[in-house]
Amino acid sequence: MSNDYRRIAKDGIWDNNIVFAQSLALCPLLAVSGTASNGLGMGIATTFVMIASGLIVAMLREVITPQVRIPVFILIIATLVTLVDLWMNAWLHDLHKVLGLFIPLIVTNCAILGRTESFASKNQVLPAMFDGLMMGMGFTMILVIMGIVREVLGSGTLFAGAALLLGQWASFLELEIISDYKGFLLIILPPGGFLVLGFLLAGKRLIDDALEKRKTHKEDSVAIDDASLVNS
Amino acid sequence: MKTPREPKYRKRIGYQAMLLGGFSTLATILLVMGNVSTKDNIIIRQQEDLQRSLAQVIPDDHYTNNLVENPLKISAHDGKSITIYRGIKNKQVSALAWEISGQGYAGEMRFILALDNTGKILGIRVLSHAETPGLGDKMEVAKDDWILEFNGLSLGNPAEEQWAVKKDGGQFDAFTGATITPRGIVKAIVDALKFYHHNKNQLSTLTLKDKPEIKMATGANPHEQ
Repeated sequence: MSNDYRRIAKDGIWDNNIVFAQSLALCPLLAVSGTASNGLGMGIATTFVMIASGLIVAMLREVITPQVRIPVFILIIATLVTLVDLWMNAWLHDLHKVLGLFIPLIVTNCAILGRTESFASKNQVLPAMFDGLMMGMGFTMILVIMGIVREVLGSGTLFAGAALLLGQWASFLELEIISDYKGFLLIILPPGGFLVLGFLLAGKRLIDDALEKRKTHKEDSVAIDDASLVNS
Repeated sequence: MKTPREPKYRKRIGYQAMLLGGFSTLATILLVMGNVSTKDNIIIRQQEDLQRSLAQVIPDDHYTNNLVENPLKISAHDGKSITIYRGIKNKQVSALAWEISGQGYAGEMRFILALDNTGKILGIRVLSHAETPGLGDKMEVAKDDWILEFNGLSLGNPAEEQWAVKKDGGQFDAFTGATITPRGIVKAIVDALKFYHHNKNQLSTLTLKDKPEIKMATGANPHEQ
């Protein structure tokens, strides 16, 4: 069982990462990853919706028939997102002003529908929630990495506005990396998002290749050891 | 959804319809509950936002009332309504502030503009815009002092034909690399000043209970773009 969870975690964060492997959720990714704080906020909101939709869909998987599952899933997700939108507007108002435009976009995030359809509707409640958490964390990770890269290169700051998101204690995160920086417009604008995403995807491939090579190398050496054992 | 022996009723169209209907009802109930539980809080937050932006454009010594209270609502001839917030001191209207909008490079830009009782600009701040970061966003006070240049000016100071960017023969600097944005801002401001000019007497001699007829002179509609 714990093996399953490890598999789910590995899938969500790396092997089957929403952005890296499935190339889903690019719309919110490119739109909000201009700064690291925005990326983090969007990631947390999306993760919450993914966990909650995983929970509800897995609970109701025996009730929902395959014929009407898609509209029902969309209804569940849209309701959750609207509730998150209302709650954020009421209690995290400053953050809502920054992210407000993008919260309704979570509904159109096909990754959430994809996970409810391909995982939550076939699994029990706990694994479904865990899958939502891990997929959401994988997405948040990419959002934050892209936010960091674009923010540092584009405006020379890091985690600007983190105090809005996490409270006053987080203001130590707000750094000015390059002082008197004129800004690099291209990186802040959508083309910059595509560029950074391209480099990140290439980077993921390189790491995967290196891992693969090391694995086959190891297997080779194990095979040789076995062979020498037989010989002796 | 691999139930080996699916009960028959699940295949019926009625079950499907019930399912969808049931979920829709449930979603509606949840959303109504969510709306009711957050409505008051959201209104308070929005009032705080408004209070904050009004306090930015109207200096403290110009009012003793709560700026958000008792605004004057005017409906323009095109059906849009303008809400004018008033700073009151010694039972006199000492400042007026309302939202204006201009057409920028990337869509509508919204500003809050405050005038004193002689028609001089007390302050302007941008509320929202979608201009290009780094080029067209210099109207934000955090990025540039440009918008402060308007403080103290009025219709006649400079003369009306000088209310334009330098490229159009006026007196205001455009931003480097962006002309459309400042042009839109200057136009929005001068329209608002004209609106004030046409309705000066009604707007500035109000006591709180008056509801005078406000005329919207053509071309002086602050929402015109």
